[in-house]
Amino acid sequence: MLRLVWMFILLCSLASPGVHAQLSIEITGGGGNRTPIAVAPFAGENNLPPGVAAIVRADLERSGLFRGVDVPTEATALTESSAVNFSDWRARSADLLVQGSVNPVANGRFEVRFRLFDVVKQQALGGVAYTLEKNQLRATAHRISDWIYQKLTGERGVFSTRIAYVVKRGPRYELQVADADGGGEETALVSFEPIISPAWAPDGGRLAYVSFESKKPVVYVHSLRTGKRNVAANFKGSNSAPAWAPDGSRLMVSLSRDGGSQLFSVNPDGSNLRRVTSSNSIDTEPVFSPDGQSLYFTSDRGGSPQIYRMSVNGGEAQRVTFEGTYNVSPRPSPDGKSLAFITRNAGRYQVALLDLSTRQVQLLTDSDRDESPSFAPNGRMILLATVISGRGILSAVSADGRVKQRLTTSSGDVREPAWGPFVKE
Amino acid sequence: MRTIWAGLAASCAVAITACSSNPSAEQTAAKVEDRQPVTQAQAVPQAPVAAVDLTSVRPASSAASVLKDPNNILSKRSVFFEYDSFTIRDEFKPLVEAHARYLRDNASARMLIQGNTDERGSREYNLALGQKRADAMKKMLLLLGAREEQIESVSLGEEKPRAQGGDAAAHAQNRRDDILYAGEY
Repeated sequence: MLRLVWMFILLCSLASPGVHAQLSIEITGGGGNRTPIAVAPFAGENNLPPGVAAIVRADLERSGLFRGVDVPTEATALTESSAVNFSDWRARSADLLVQGSVNPVANGRFEVRFRLFDVVKQQALGGVAYTLEKNQLRATAHRISDWIYQKLTGERGVFSTRIAYVVKRGPRYELQVADADGGGEETALVSFEPIISPAWAPDGGRLAYVSFESKKPVVYVHSLRTGKRNVAANFKGSNSAPAWAPDGSRLMVSLSRDGGSQLFSVNPDGSNLRRVTSSNSIDTEPVFSPDGQSLYFTSDRGGSPQIYRMSVNGGEAQRVTFEGTYNVSPRPSPDGKSLAFITRNAGRYQVALLDLSTRQVQLLTDSDRDESPSFAPNGRMILLATVISGRGILSAVSADGRVKQRLTTSSGDVREPAWGPFVKE
Repeated sequence: MRTIWAGLAASCAVAITACSSNPSAEQTAAKVEDRQPVTQAQAVPQAPVAAVDLTSVRPASSAASVLKDPNNILSKRSVFFEYDSFTIRDEFKPLVEAHARYLRDNASARMLIQGNTDERGSREYNLALGQKRADAMKKMLLLLGAREEQIESVSLGEEKPRAQGGDAAAHAQNRRDDILYAGEY
């Protein structure tokens, strides 16, 4: 009993902000029309370093839709209830303004309050107050960003979502989980053998992945909060490429147990194995369509690796990609209307986006060694791994190709990113 | 123990529910002194992550000495492949034949064949390509009299390169099958 209570406290303290943050984001290309927004320092936010305003501003800028307006130093005294000098903010070219405050409340907790203003129309657009523990600063700031984003765009923000990725440092492979901005990084698994293909369960609390800890690829399902793992697929031969059904009820995996690499359905606890494809070729990298009715996967049945689609119930597969001789790693957008994948283009591996209704393909990146694309749950951005100057890094590109970001670490090779689902409200 | 844990989980869940039940935002501007200007909500408890460390366990090697003798062909364990090829080249056939003979003569011997690829392209697709290389050697061993239950063919894809660096020589070193016997993995 004591051990469990202690564990809970330790787990909470592991979530403390800032200290372990390894990834930093650099915006390398921006969209055209970014709305100028001023995020004034929240009164009293010095109590909660690094402060709310900086995180919110960085979140909104990262979306590519907003540009932070520099705020005068005297603005530090402003709270959500301060009178707004609209003409002053207008003179600073701000179309939008956020004011707020941080106040200590009982039991060592804090209350963060903010309000969003339309400077042009000179009106308040609403606000929220949150009570939080000190270690929930980042989570709360991201919630504020999500609220503002949704208020202004009508669609859900992804600032509260998390990403998973693998860092290789010397002989060590670390499976990491971090906030979408790279902050609050936490280690889920450390191994001397490779870890690849992390895939988020729809509940956001578990990852499936492939670990080589037993000198061969084995698929595990790992509960992030408890660290409990179970084998989902460890059959004779290779076990890889896990993909969750949208309802979380089962995984699609690629297994070589019957010869070749073929697709199988298996429950997350390893039960109910069922063969899905029967070909004499490689069938791998399965992924469910968002409605759960179809599978996209990579196959060399036509002579070169291409993306195919078939019903989850089996049957004939239709070829989806036609241009070029190497199209792999399919990832449908959350609305199911387009498909991101990796294409080889004159010897360079790049992210392409296929519009599934018009069949038009657009190249989204200009790098050489892109891998493992992953949509944000609102479909706006695609996270990917690439190599710059011989080092693995994460990068992100907007689905329209206009916004580009780079996430770098202080050390190690970063690869295999996976963007997690929306956090439940 | 389980009960306590469930209780903690439940209290977290309550906090989450509490914040979801509230969030209709007020739409109008509030006066300066208004102390109810904003919607009340609970912060989300950040779901923490428990770390699992596998780096403290490393198995020891315990294979038969004949397999390690540098003068014995059985100590040779790697077969290399051409680009985009899954065919065992003639120069490696004596090596495969020697291992097939060993498996035939030692019914209890167990072998793991690990297929590997160079680093170009998708990790998962490379895993499948490495599997084709491992399967090719397994097939040849079976034709030469080894038994199915003695051999497991798996793939490490591009994950365990022997040579670092992206040049052609490194790629050639990395397109290979490695043979391990029980006790070595």
